[in-house]
Amino acid sequence: MALRGVAKTFASGTQALDGLDLDVRPGEFVSLLGPSGCGKSTALRLIAGLSDPTMGTITWGGTSATSATHDIGFVFQEPTLMPWTSVARNVDLPLRLRNASAAEAAPRVAAVLERVGLTAFRDAYPRELSGGMKMRVSIARALVTDPDLLLMDEPFAALDEITRFKLNNDLLDLWRALRKTVIFVTHSVFESVYLSQRIVVMTPRPGRVFKELIVDAPYPRDESFRTSAEYAGHCRLASEALGQAMGGGA
Amino acid sequence: MSAPEPHVAGERALRLVLPLAMLALAVATWHAVVQLLALPPYVLPGPGLVARTLVDDWGILSESLVATLVTTFEGFALAVSGGVFLAILFNLSRLVEYSLYPFAVILQVTPVVAIAPLLLIYLPQQGAVLACAWIVAFFPVLANTTLGLNSVDHNLADLYRLYGASWHQRLLYLKLPSALPQMLTGIRIAGGLSLVGAVVAELVAGSAGAGSGLAWRIAESGYRLNIPRMFAALILLSVAGIVIYFALAGVSHLLLRRWHESAVRRER
Repeated sequence: MALRGVAKTFASGTQALDGLDLDVRPGEFVSLLGPSGCGKSTALRLIAGLSDPTMGTITWGGTSATSATHDIGFVFQEPTLMPWTSVARNVDLPLRLRNASAAEAAPRVAAVLERVGLTAFRDAYPRELSGGMKMRVSIARALVTDPDLLLMDEPFAALDEITRFKLNNDLLDLWRALRKTVIFVTHSVFESVYLSQRIVVMTPRPGRVFKELIVDAPYPRDESFRTSAEYAGHCRLASEALGQAMGGGA
Repeated sequence: MSAPEPHVAGERALRLVLPLAMLALAVATWHAVVQLLALPPYVLPGPGLVARTLVDDWGILSESLVATLVTTFEGFALAVSGGVFLAILFNLSRLVEYSLYPFAVILQVTPVVAIAPLLLIYLPQQGAVLACAWIVAFFPVLANTTLGLNSVDHNLADLYRLYGASWHQRLLYLKLPSALPQMLTGIRIAGGLSLVGAVVAELVAGSAGAGSGLAWRIAESGYRLNIPRMFAALILLSVAGIVIYFALAGVSHLLLRRWHESAVRRER
């Protein structure tokens, strides 16, 4: 998937993105790193087809096509669950919207709930779950259609550190097991280094790519990686890039 | 759910016992005033006499009660279905909303007592009474449901768009469930208001004959200085209103208890 010269200007005149170029290869784990308001989320929404670029093109595998024809899982900043129904019904929503039969949906829902470790909570209501569990439900819902591409918009930003580390590890396990392409938006240097193979540092207002960093540390990554000198080195590089992207200020 | 803690149970008992004690106190005071001042029944009947009238006149009163309740329920059903239907229509089409919403507001702000005589000219009596009950009760359903349908979580709306949901899927799976709490608030208000609408219309209609409701019974008893019967009919109206209120509150609680903050009791 490739973005070429993508720009987005909102009706209010705010220029969120200008000349954004980005290539993502199948199976890759890419992070978009940047300060709040640098258009990372806007880029993600454009890729998802939730909004249209003012200029530029988004192409898939060389052919220009709309995102609607592609299978995409989206995880929002908030869990974004329907409070009026159970975990299982929340997870099977994408299948229901595609008119899948209950017999077809049930085993897939059971399988993704198993994967995120929430089998016991299939009949619970969202309000009965903790923040981390809600986010797991949200991830399960994004995975239930078995999409090729998983878009994640600062999914763990609102969680406490312990839960975030745990979910980081679980996400890496999922990624390694399912080999999805993941585009992960974050404003956390540490999270982006820990998770991704490649970090795209973005400049604020208007958003464009400032620098790309390769994190070539091998997977599986775990707590020993989190405390290694290699990890610290990558974090320093990413922090410096982020500082320069913001014009040295802030 | 485990058994309620002692202090929760105690608080629940208080909420039941205190209003009942107040009611008993008021009735006792009423009785004492009538006795001490030796008031004649055509000035102020005592509670005993009112109770006796309630029993003695039960034949007439129950007939009127049924008539009023039937009008109320018909008006209520029309108000709920009409209000929800219009709200859905407004939500689906901005043009329809812009065209019709002002008229809904006009119907709401014009006092129904003033509309009723006109309705009686053009509609048969039962139709006019029903129309009044509907006019008074439909607006809260419409206004609250509209608010609810427009307050859908933006991210959830995006999610539905991402998966290419059709408009009826969005309506059935997303908008209506998420509007349910506001809709139920409107419906609860409409329950009480449809009783008010029915009573107002009956008073204005005022004509005698079969199918005359409790409000008409009150007016008629007034002309005849049958004050105890006025009180008896009034009590029946109050009780009807209370029953409607609690029935609708119960339905609302049942529908929301699993998920909505308003219906979930927090542990402290």
